[in-house]
Amino acid sequence: MNKKQKKMLYRILITAAMVLVLNLIPIEGVLQLTLYLAAYLVIGYDILRKAGKGILNRRMFDENFLMAVATVGAFALAIYSGSGDYNEAIAVMLFYQIGELFQSYAVGKSRKNISALMDIRPDYANVERDGKLEQADPDEVEIGSIIVVQPGEKVPLDGIVTEGTASLNTSALTGESLPRDVKPGDEIISGCINMTGVLKVRTTKAFGESTVSKILELVENSSSRKSKSENFISKFAKVYTPAVCYGALALAILPPLVQMLFLGQTAQWSVWIYRALTFLVISCPCALVISIPLSFFAGIGGAGKAGILIKGSNYMETLSQAKYVVFDKTGTLTQGVFEVSAVHHNKMDEKKLLEYAALAECASSHPISKSIRKAYGKEIDRNRVTKIQEISGHGILAKVDGQEVAAGNSKLMERLHVKYRDCHKVGTIIHMAVDGEYAGHIVISDLVKPHAKEAVAELKKAGVKKTVMLTGDAGRVAEQVAETLGIDEVYSELLPADKVEKVEELLAKKSEKEKLAFVGDGINDAPVLTRADIGIAMGAMGSDAAIEAADVVLMDDDPQKIAKAIGISRKCLRIVYQNIVFALVVKFACLGLGALGIANMWAAIFADVGVMILAILNAIRALRVQNL
Amino acid sequence: MKKTYKIEVDCANCANLMEEATKKTAGVADATVNFMTQKMIVEFEDGQDAKAVMKDVLKACKKVEPDCEIEL
Repeated sequence: MNKKQKKMLYRILITAAMVLVLNLIPIEGVLQLTLYLAAYLVIGYDILRKAGKGILNRRMFDENFLMAVATVGAFALAIYSGSGDYNEAIAVMLFYQIGELFQSYAVGKSRKNISALMDIRPDYANVERDGKLEQADPDEVEIGSIIVVQPGEKVPLDGIVTEGTASLNTSALTGESLPRDVKPGDEIISGCINMTGVLKVRTTKAFGESTVSKILELVENSSSRKSKSENFISKFAKVYTPAVCYGALALAILPPLVQMLFLGQTAQWSVWIYRALTFLVISCPCALVISIPLSFFAGIGGAGKAGILIKGSNYMETLSQAKYVVFDKTGTLTQGVFEVSAVHHNKMDEKKLLEYAALAECASSHPISKSIRKAYGKEIDRNRVTKIQEISGHGILAKVDGQEVAAGNSKLMERLHVKYRDCHKVGTIIHMAVDGEYAGHIVISDLVKPHAKEAVAELKKAGVKKTVMLTGDAGRVAEQVAETLGIDEVYSELLPADKVEKVEELLAKKSEKEKLAFVGDGINDAPVLTRADIGIAMGAMGSDAAIEAADVVLMDDDPQKIAKAIGISRKCLRIVYQNIVFALVVKFACLGLGALGIANMWAAIFADVGVMILAILNAIRALRVQNL
Repeated sequence: MKKTYKIEVDCANCANLMEEATKKTAGVADATVNFMTQKMIVEFEDGQDAKAVMKDVLKACKKVEPDCEIEL
């Protein structure tokens, strides 16, 4: 508890004791009034002050105003009727303050808990200076410094291991409990915990650019993007409080007037004013206003623990409505690790063909180019290659040893008017042409990810209507992959721009309420990620582009996390709706009962505080995501 | 220009009110108050002195929620 909360606790205890004593000792008249008033002021002075300030600043209708009017009114009624029962006014104020205290405590506590979940911020970095280890602020470590990470410590900065081997616990980043082994030459990402050996790491990024900072920034800004339900609640509260105040005013004035003027009965002013005051007590919108952002925050926190970063509550909301999931194939459903599996129809030596292919593709970072270079296996002499020209979605043209080499798909061959021979094998086919003559083709195949099939099945179970796969690959490869995985629709041989077009087509076909999610590995999907209703990037550890472009970031590349992310968002939204409905139903029921005179002020304050406590407890449930 | 400030505010509704008040302050292009992380992100209009604007922001916020704090 902080200082403010402690002070409030003392005030509550003092007031409770005072009321108890005052009820036991027999006093009457002015003395009684003064003492009760003192107790009232102890518990309520700040509310009265705030209400007064609110009136001065022309912000009448907030909860302080409601409470002040209700309790002062109750006091006045007790004096007017001469009953000497001042307990009610004090009790209302007392319970209101207890409720506020609980709220502030519970929210503060859960805020801390959730933040602690995502506490991956390293406190220091061990820098070697003159042979001695010194602890430095990670912010001050320059790029290229050698840092030492000891067992049990967090890796403070991104870098490359230069010495030592160790097992890393990446669960804070990925939610994956399996440790990851690193050896010299491996990349290492900040935020992991070193579990076993001592590592020396050469840093490759400054702290501000390191993975851990990016993630922290993302998490901290996440609840700034407000969802529709949150905006609804703020708007609702703005209309609701004044409405209730006028309602209360009408309740205090109209029925007595009607009774007096038209029905010829006595006005019963005090009865109706009392009911109006009860009305005011019930009306506080706190339970709603507090529990909705708390639910979203807890949901985002829980997802973060599972290695799923959701960039804002608005995305949480959209994700929960995802009915169409569109996948990119390579790197998302397949491993994106390609291997040359065969060379066919070659007129020149197989090795020679691979050599030409590797040389032509030497400047490309595409996974297919990498696999060809890997199959070639020798150092590439770039001086032999000139005039490299990459034709997006087709392939590469280059001059190798003075000969025109073309390496690419069938479209490239057609473009060059080279007669090619199709392949009976399933895989990505790289046709080769040397000096305008067909020289054979290289077959490259990709492996489907281990959990991809289960992932698609789980999505279906989670209520996703249709799964679609988009790929730049040849139709046959795409269809075979889609069939093994159980994907509904496939669009193949797409250029990056075609993917955006296809997604737009799909967006136009579906109804407004059903959302479309696009899942990609973030390398060349940025335009599609932004175009879809919600973009999900996978395997984002270390890839800044993906983290920027996507709305939801999966830290590792397990496709099963997609279904889990949808599950988490559904649970979170369910809780949000439960809280909205629950709070509103109880409020309106109590308002009705209060207007009829069935619920008194005691019931009113219990309804208010009780609903709030239950809503907060319900909100915290969103944090539990293990079994989704 | 965007800046982030640490704030102290007890209730979510008050945080919403602070956001409204900040948005209306002269020199502020946009503002978001994050109750959960107790942070306020203020985007200033071009050529505005952040410090001077924040003084007005604090004043405006104190008006809607006397108990709030902004660490400048």
